[in-house]
Amino acid sequence: MSRLTRRYVLGRAARLVLTVWLGLTLMFIIPRLGRSSPADAIIAKLAAGGGAADPSLVNAYEKRLGLHESLWHQYLDYLWNAIRFDQGYSLSEFPATVNSIVLEALPWTFGLVISATLISFVMGTLIGAIMGWPKSPRALRRILPITLLFSSLPAFMIGIVLLFLFAQQWHLLPFSGAYSADVVPGPNLPFVSSVVSHAILPLLSVVLVQMGAWAMGMRGMLITTTSEDYVMLAEAKGLRPHSVFLHYGIRTAILPQVTSLGLALGTAAGGVVVVETVFAYPGLGNLLYQAILANDYTVIEGVAFFLILGVSVSTFLLDLVYPFLDPRIDMRGR
Amino acid sequence: MVVMTSLVESSAEQQPDAAGRGRRDNPWLNPMLLSGLGVLALLFVTKWIAPLFVAKKEALIGAAANNMVPAWADPSVTHGFVANTGGHPLGTDGQGRDMLASMLIGIPQTLEVGLLGAGIGVAVGIVLGFTAGFFGGWIDAVIGTVTDVGIAIPGLAVLVVIASYVTDLGVVGLSLIMALFAWPIPTRVLRGQVLSMRERGYVALARLSGASSPSIMFREILPNMLPYIAATFAQTVSGVILAVTGLEALGLAPSRYPTLGSTISDALQGSAIFRGMWWWWGPPVIALLGIFLALLGVTLGLDRVANPRLRGKA
Repeated sequence: MSRLTRRYVLGRAARLVLTVWLGLTLMFIIPRLGRSSPADAIIAKLAAGGGAADPSLVNAYEKRLGLHESLWHQYLDYLWNAIRFDQGYSLSEFPATVNSIVLEALPWTFGLVISATLISFVMGTLIGAIMGWPKSPRALRRILPITLLFSSLPAFMIGIVLLFLFAQQWHLLPFSGAYSADVVPGPNLPFVSSVVSHAILPLLSVVLVQMGAWAMGMRGMLITTTSEDYVMLAEAKGLRPHSVFLHYGIRTAILPQVTSLGLALGTAAGGVVVVETVFAYPGLGNLLYQAILANDYTVIEGVAFFLILGVSVSTFLLDLVYPFLDPRIDMRGR
Repeated sequence: MVVMTSLVESSAEQQPDAAGRGRRDNPWLNPMLLSGLGVLALLFVTKWIAPLFVAKKEALIGAAANNMVPAWADPSVTHGFVANTGGHPLGTDGQGRDMLASMLIGIPQTLEVGLLGAGIGVAVGIVLGFTAGFFGGWIDAVIGTVTDVGIAIPGLAVLVVIASYVTDLGVVGLSLIMALFAWPIPTRVLRGQVLSMRERGYVALARLSGASSPSIMFREILPNMLPYIAATFAQTVSGVILAVTGLEALGLAPSRYPTLGSTISDALQGSAIFRGMWWWWGPPVIALLGIFLALLGVTLGLDRVANPRLRGKA
C-alpha cells in the first residue's frame, strides 16, 4: 500500500528547495539594492572595532564575502556557504561560530513552537467541536467569540500583559529566562519544574493567539459534516448522540485540521520569535534580539536561515505524513 | 453595484414584514463594520489633530525628565520615579519622551505603514489572483506555485535580515518591504473566489453576449468581489501591522520619532514591566489593542456583507 507516489514526493521536495532558495535570495538581493552593500557594512564594523576586532577575522570575512568579486560570484558563494551550513563566525563573540550559538538556542525555540502548536491544536479543535455541534450546551458556545478576539492580537502583546499580571502583580510565575539560576540542568525534578514554570507564560501567549484559528476551522468543518447524509443515517439508526459526535462528526472534520498543521508551524515560529524577546527566553528569538542590538549580522542571518530551514523542513515532513492520514488526498494532482 | 441591490433584496426576503427598507437593511451599514471603521478613522486623524495638542519634539529622547508618572497616578506609586510636574498627562518614559506625544505620533505612523503595505500587497494579490483564477491552465499553475512558496517562507525571518541592513527606511520603504510578504495570502484567497464566481450564470451570460475577458473580469466579477477584497484588505492590514510592530519590538526599523512597536521595544529594553512602569508599556499595548480589534470588527462586518447567510445571527 504505497501511498506516496514518486511524483508527489518529488513535487513537495522541489517546493522545499524552492522555498529555502527564494528566502535566501531575498535576504541576499534586497539589502544590496540600497546604497551601501551589507558586506561593506560588516567589514566596516569589524575594522572600526579597533582593538576588539581581530585582524584575522577582518581578513577572513573580506575573503569569505568576496568583496572585490562580481555580485554573481558573491551570490553563488553565499548559496554555497548556506548549503554547507557554513555560517562563519559571530561578529560580537568572535571565536564562537554562528552554528554553535544557534544550536544552543535551537532546542528552546523548537520546544516552544512544537508544544504551542500542539496545545493550541488540541484546545482549539476541542472548542471548535463544541461550537460546531448542534447539541452542545448553549453556554459553552459563548467561548468562540473570546478565542476569536485573542487570535486577532499579536502574541507578544498578550505576553506583555501576562507578564505584568502573573509576574509583576501577583508574583506567581518567573519573569524571564528558561530556568532559574539555582537549579542544575539535567534530568532532575527541580530543573524540570523550573523549566515548566518558566515556559507557562510564553506558551500561554502563543496558544491564546493560535487557538482561535483552529476553533474556527473545526467549527466550519463540523457544520458541513453534520449536514452530510451519513450523519443523518447514523442518527436514524439510533446511535447515541455522543457516539455520532465522536465517530461520525469529529473523525471526518478533524482531517483538514491536521492538514493545516504545516502552515501553523510557520506562523507559530514567527509569533514565538517575538514572544521570546518579551520573556528573555533563551531561544532563537532572543538570540536574534541580542544580535540585532549588537549589530551581529552573521548571527542575524544564521538565525533567519535556520528558521526558514526549520519551518520548511517540518512542513515538508508533514506533507509526507498526510497521505497516510487522509486517503482522499489526491496524489496525482498538484 | 449589482451586489448591493441583490443583497438588499435577499435580506428583505428574510423579513417580509419590515415596513420600510432603508438604511437598516443596507448590509454595508452593519454596526461591526461601522464601529471598526470609526475607531480606525478616529485613530488616523490624530495625524492632523496631534500637532494642535503636543509639540512633535516632545516625543524625542530627553524632551523631559525621565520616568515621570502620569498626572493622575497615586503619589505613593512615585517611589523611585519622578513626580508629575504637569504638562505630561501620560507621564514620560525612561528616556524622557512624553508618552502622550509618543502615542499621538506613533499611532498614525503605524497605521500608515499598515494601510500602504497592505494596499500594495492586495493590489498585487488582485492582479495575480484574478489572472490565475480567470485564465487557469499553466498561468494558474505558475502563479499557484509561486504563491505557495511565498506563503511557506517565514516572512519575519527574511524581514529581520532585510531590516537589519537597510536602516533608513521611512514609511514608504517600510511599506514596500512589508508588501513583499503581504501579497501571497490575498492572491490565494481571491483566486479561490474568482474560481467560484467564474462558474456563476451572469459570467456565462456576459461571455455569450460577446464580452471580452478583461471586460468580464473588471466589469462583471470585480464589483461582485468588492466585499471579499475589502475583507482581505482589512485582514492584510492587520497582518502587516502585526509584522511591523514585531520587527520594531525586536529593535529593528529604528526611527527618530517613536512608533508603537519602537515604544514597546524601548519599554522592553528599559525593563518597564519589571520596574512597574505600566504607563510606558501600557499605552502602545492599548493602542494596538484598539487597532487590531477595530480591524477585526471591519473584517467580520464585511463578512456579513459578503455572506448574506451570516446576517440575522447576532
